[in-house]
Amino acid sequence: MNLFDYLRPASVSDAIAAWQPGAAYLGGGTNLVDLMKTGALQPGKVIDIARLPGLDRIESLPDGGTRIGALVKNSVLAGDPDFAAAFPMIAEALASGASGQLRNAATLGGNLMQRTRCVYFQDPHSACNRRESGNGCGALGGDTQNHAVLGWNDACIATNPSDLCVPLAALDAVVETQGPNGRRDIAFADFHRLPGDTPERETALEPGELILAVRLSSNAAASYQNSRYLKLRERTSFAFALVSAAAALQLKDGRITEARLAIGGVAAKPWRVPAAEALMLGQPPDTDLFRRAAAVALEDATPSGNNGYKIDLARRIAARSLALAAAGTPTRMPALPASVFGESAHV
Amino acid sequence: MSKKMQITLTVNGETQELLAEPRELLIYVLRERLNITGPHVGCETSHCGACTVTMDGKSVKSCTVFAAQANGAEITTIEGIGSPDSLHVLQNAFREHHGLQCGFCTPGMITRATKLLEDNPNPTEEDVRFGMAGNLCRCTGYQNIVKSVLAAATELSAAKEAAE
Repeated sequence: MNLFDYLRPASVSDAIAAWQPGAAYLGGGTNLVDLMKTGALQPGKVIDIARLPGLDRIESLPDGGTRIGALVKNSVLAGDPDFAAAFPMIAEALASGASGQLRNAATLGGNLMQRTRCVYFQDPHSACNRRESGNGCGALGGDTQNHAVLGWNDACIATNPSDLCVPLAALDAVVETQGPNGRRDIAFADFHRLPGDTPERETALEPGELILAVRLSSNAAASYQNSRYLKLRERTSFAFALVSAAAALQLKDGRITEARLAIGGVAAKPWRVPAAEALMLGQPPDTDLFRRAAAVALEDATPSGNNGYKIDLARRIAARSLALAAAGTPTRMPALPASVFGESAHV
Repeated sequence: MSKKMQITLTVNGETQELLAEPRELLIYVLRERLNITGPHVGCETSHCGACTVTMDGKSVKSCTVFAAQANGAEITTIEGIGSPDSLHVLQNAFREHHGLQCGFCTPGMITRATKLLEDNPNPTEEDVRFGMAGNLCRCTGYQNIVKSVLAAATELSAAKEAAE
């Protein structure tokens, strides 16, 4: 591993002042430390923000919204009974990720910033435009089973691996940040970027900008009775999603009054298609309706290699997550959350 | 740049001071500098859980923590849980129920299970499988590991009830 300077600033402003090109903020370290072990990332300066005061709270806001500090640990957030009751699909997504030990270390902000699990990105000897602009893409024509089927181009076909970000996208979360130019809010839909001409820029964050919190509106909690996160993976623990979906519905008099659907594992960001949600409005929940919505959500999908299977898989997972949501949030989540083999998965 | 730094750790109740490079991983500080060799290096990629320790009250993988990050932390390893003369209930349950074969994963398994039972003293089998999912057994002895943890839970609960 490369040598680096390590510092533990006392405040957010000290942390931002300490940032310089080539520096990295360190939260729980569950992603950054592993990437530094392989040499995929070699920051010259590591700014440990894990103990910054005031960023580890889950707060109710006066307007009925909820604010989650960037340093709240995954296990704390998923295990908070009030939070899990209001946002069950976030809790389910968190509990389906990594393992107990990693959820104890991983932070909310770090989860938003986690890097792709594309093996060509992780291997410093492979070409990767994300690691280094203009370096080429080792994944194109390579081993691409886990790669994107939406929003990709020849510069990059990697996917965003986060479970948490899928329901956050579905629920229109807002990311609060502070950087050298002050504080701002970033809509979740704008937070992660598709590769475009600059695949090395994975998020909307400017150099040195730090995530302070994520906010959820009161309306985001209104679908608490009908929301699910469904994740398909090669084994039911400690595996990233091949495809996942977060679905939340509001129902009134047997009809859908609000529908939210985001799909994970298919692109460099959680995939959300307004037209797919709109076609469910005013309709009674129904398997055929959910299939049609899922088809619209995947309309633009194209394989980036030998991953065409993902398109059909994503349609099915999306439709099934909507059916699960319509059936109602279970009172007790399955112990292997989001497992398609779990009891409550059968509807 | 990256000078060694003074690191203070409380390991199994004892204060330890040492100089380490920030990039040193906690597992190596424990094993190679402090000679606390209970936590093992398995995969060194945060998959297998052989390096599990308790840090500030939470199970973590010590191969994914920089020494510098741990500075100031309280750490418990398997050595702080029981000893050959005085086995922890979990250690005894693993012995009674054949919860180990080669034994390489066992310190991590038991260290993790102590926290699991603290957080949830009456787990179901599903709870145990979910809670222990970050610990891999390369002998694939999971059935008896789950049995051991459940047996220890029953024994600890009974002891607690008797005390009340």
